Amino acid sequence: MSFRILTIRLVAVVTLVIATVASASAVEIEQVKSPGGIEAWLIRDRMVPLVSMHFAFRGGAATDPAGKTGRAEMTAQLLTEGAGDLDSQKFAAMLEDRAISLGFDAGLDSIQGSVKTLNEHRDTAFDLLRLALTRPRFDAEAVERVRAQTLAAIARDAENPETLARRTWWATAFPDHPYGRPVRGTVETVTRLQPDDFRDFVRNRLARDNLIIGVVGDITPDELGPLLDRAFGDLPARSAPVDVPEVEFKGDGRTTVVNRTVPQSVMVFGEDGIKRNHPDWFAASIVNYILGGGGFNSRLMTEVREKRGLTYGVYTSLVALDHTGLVLGSSSTANARVAQALDLIRAEWRRMKEQGPTADELADAKSYLTGSFKLQLSSSMSIASMLVAIQYDNLGIDYIDRRDALINAVTIDDVRRVAGQLLDPARMLTVIVGDPAGLAPDESGAGGPAMPPARPAQGG
Amino acid sequence: MAHRSRLTIAWLAALLAVLVDPIGMRSAPAQVFNPESFTLSNGMQVVLIANHRAPIVTHMVWYKVGAADEPPMKSGIAHFLEHLMFRGTKNIPPGDFSKVVARLGGRDNAFTSYDYTAYFQVVARDRLEDVMRLEADRMANLMLTDAVVDPERDVIREERRQVVENRPLARLREQVQASLYLNHPYGRPVIGWDHEIEHLTRADALAWYGTWYTPSNAILIVAGDITAEELRPLAEKYYGRLKGGQVPPRLRPQEPPPQAARRVELKDTRVRQPTLTRLWLAPSYTAGEREHAYALQVLSELLGGAATSRLYRTLVIDKQLATSAGTWYEPDMLDLSSFGLSANLRPGADMRALEAAIDAEIERLLKEGIEAEEVERAKKRMQAAAAYARDELSTGARVIGTALATGQTIADVEAWPQRIAAVTPAQVIAAARYVLRPERSVTGLLLPEPSS
Repeated sequence: MSFRILTIRLVAVVTLVIATVASASAVEIEQVKSPGGIEAWLIRDRMVPLVSMHFAFRGGAATDPAGKTGRAEMTAQLLTEGAGDLDSQKFAAMLEDRAISLGFDAGLDSIQGSVKTLNEHRDTAFDLLRLALTRPRFDAEAVERVRAQTLAAIARDAENPETLARRTWWATAFPDHPYGRPVRGTVETVTRLQPDDFRDFVRNRLARDNLIIGVVGDITPDELGPLLDRAFGDLPARSAPVDVPEVEFKGDGRTTVVNRTVPQSVMVFGEDGIKRNHPDWFAASIVNYILGGGGFNSRLMTEVREKRGLTYGVYTSLVALDHTGLVLGSSSTANARVAQALDLIRAEWRRMKEQGPTADELADAKSYLTGSFKLQLSSSMSIASMLVAIQYDNLGIDYIDRRDALINAVTIDDVRRVAGQLLDPARMLTVIVGDPAGLAPDESGAGGPAMPPARPAQGG
Repeated sequence: MAHRSRLTIAWLAALLAVLVDPIGMRSAPAQVFNPESFTLSNGMQVVLIANHRAPIVTHMVWYKVGAADEPPMKSGIAHFLEHLMFRGTKNIPPGDFSKVVARLGGRDNAFTSYDYTAYFQVVARDRLEDVMRLEADRMANLMLTDAVVDPERDVIREERRQVVENRPLARLREQVQASLYLNHPYGRPVIGWDHEIEHLTRADALAWYGTWYTPSNAILIVAGDITAEELRPLAEKYYGRLKGGQVPPRLRPQEPPPQAARRVELKDTRVRQPTLTRLWLAPSYTAGEREHAYALQVLSELLGGAATSRLYRTLVIDKQLATSAGTWYEPDMLDLSSFGLSANLRPGADMRALEAAIDAEIERLLKEGIEAEEVERAKKRMQAAAAYARDELSTGARVIGTALATGQTIADVEAWPQRIAAVTPAQVIAAARYVLRPERSVTGLLLPEPSS
């Protein structure tokens, strides 16, 4: 096994670390640059002798070619299924015996990874990460096993009305764009993926120029620098360009029903939204919070759940992707009450569009959105993820200090204007999975314009 | 966790394993969470777990009552009351509780299990007093009208449709759980049976509240950026002055000795991913052959806790009959618990072959025993993982709350690493031979039914 030798060699590397302190408020972010030139944001925290690192490579499942959907996700799973001289079981044992958690996950726009380790094992943890990133084996046994696991997950998704509704929505909204394809792939594509496909993905997507890193834990910048080189230094300097086109969802108010014999129908509804870098982002966030993003306190929750008991939950969110933005919501209700619930949801959507929030609602939303931000500082990994998200969206290292002021600057005129522009029930696409009663004939979607009911898995 | 929802053993087995297991800092006699504890004059216990990473706190109130304490024909009342606790007091109008918390920049929710019901808020440390005022208020002043009770009952029936009836695997698990317990109320779903939820009333909810929601039956747990000197006066001010009545003893029908292996099959045209799940009736920390409780945790780890454990290696890698295979065991139950196993059938494989391979693996374990090294590896994994317990703000609050609500003490929680370290291979095999017997088991199969 090569670990011991590599460990000794790398420990001898002279460290040259540049660290700058950027924020002196609640959390202090240090910008670390390794001797090899790899940059990371670090928050030092000595509470537990551990290190949590979250990282992302730009470019995800949306870069999978049409016939190879599922490639990014399967690659992500396979990176930890054997690397270097370690087969799958040996690799797993190295992690398990040291309680190191190391894993990857594919999203539409990026591949995300994380490592959590006790300080005493961090050299090994970062060595294993390097092996996973640069020398994954893709042994036949592991490939066939992960393929079977992926096919099983696709089958399970197809049983689940919530997953089916979400995927049908995305497939219908983006029929000609990679965002309409399932991250996990389809039975047809997953069955055909080969080790060369995974190697292509690794070669093109895992590089130093599209890498973003956040670290939290009991570690100094001087200690972190060499570890960054150890994990990421062998990656190629450049990734392939991401050739995913911009796309705008143009909904026309259509409702699509996928018939399933279940007692409760699942509804997914949404329309075009805005991207994260839009100047109205916080005004839109406030509108969303009041409409359906605010959990128990949203208008939709009050009208559909609390007053009438029509659902266990109804939520909306702003979905900000690299190449599009959406306002997307979901709910579920007994088949007999679908029409009533949808009418209420659309009426609230329209009321928000036409009248906007009240001044009290605006004030409440601001106090929640500013006050709750620090609640995500609850574990080392949740903080590391936040550091990656801020860098991913290019919000700046002083973002945490500026955020409250950005939210508080939003005026009632802003939210009214944005509500009017953002929301329009006539542009909403609604997908229902279940056996809904009482929908108008043009909504029953017999045969479904978008897809045959038994199609196994859809969407992002 | 689901909003204002429940935790059940089967459903959230993985989550509970996380909550129950990772306690402790290595095997040295170091303390785990180093909590401080004191009792108010009305009998309410207070626990503080300091964590000064960020200026935030988790504030939880646990009641030592859950679904297994429900009277006949009232299944679901513990969970129903949990929902209704958000629906108004003499001082807070219906629907305002969570709004007030949100205005404070906080998040709140609650959960119900067989043995406990808990409410929590996460807020900035300077908002702790505000949520203590709110929580203490609803411990004493709940006010319910039919106008809020009736729609909330519908909400719960929708919740049941969403998390059970729409999901074939959840329906199977409910049937397996019901078949495992012949007499004990653990056989009922925490959320309740729909035909009984339908008839729960405002009076049922108020009777439940009046019987069980009292300071002497409650535990306050605060985790986060606060000291005992700061917390004690606040706890006295808001909870200490509430009047404390006595609660009745928690008398529940107990299980007879099991006599026969049981099987449950659920076929559904929607099923595309067949699954086998099996439960064995098992002791807990406080019920049955309690001496096995620590050894069973080690058994669960080495049999099905990780990718290198026996079941995954045999069923998933070597024999290629399953895509996943795992085990779980929850010792934190007031009465007899269960040891669980689950495996998803690999596409193209045969369910009978999978079941035979599982049986053979258990047979091999019971006959041939366990290598000392295997036990040491499992124990080491559990203890190393335990070092992470202090990293998450609410983990300690949940672990200690569960322990105190199920008859354990803080000392038991703090001694967990030492007790796991002391488990011997002989104890593991003795626990396996005691629990993994056919007559203690229910096997559940989720199978596709060809549509006709």
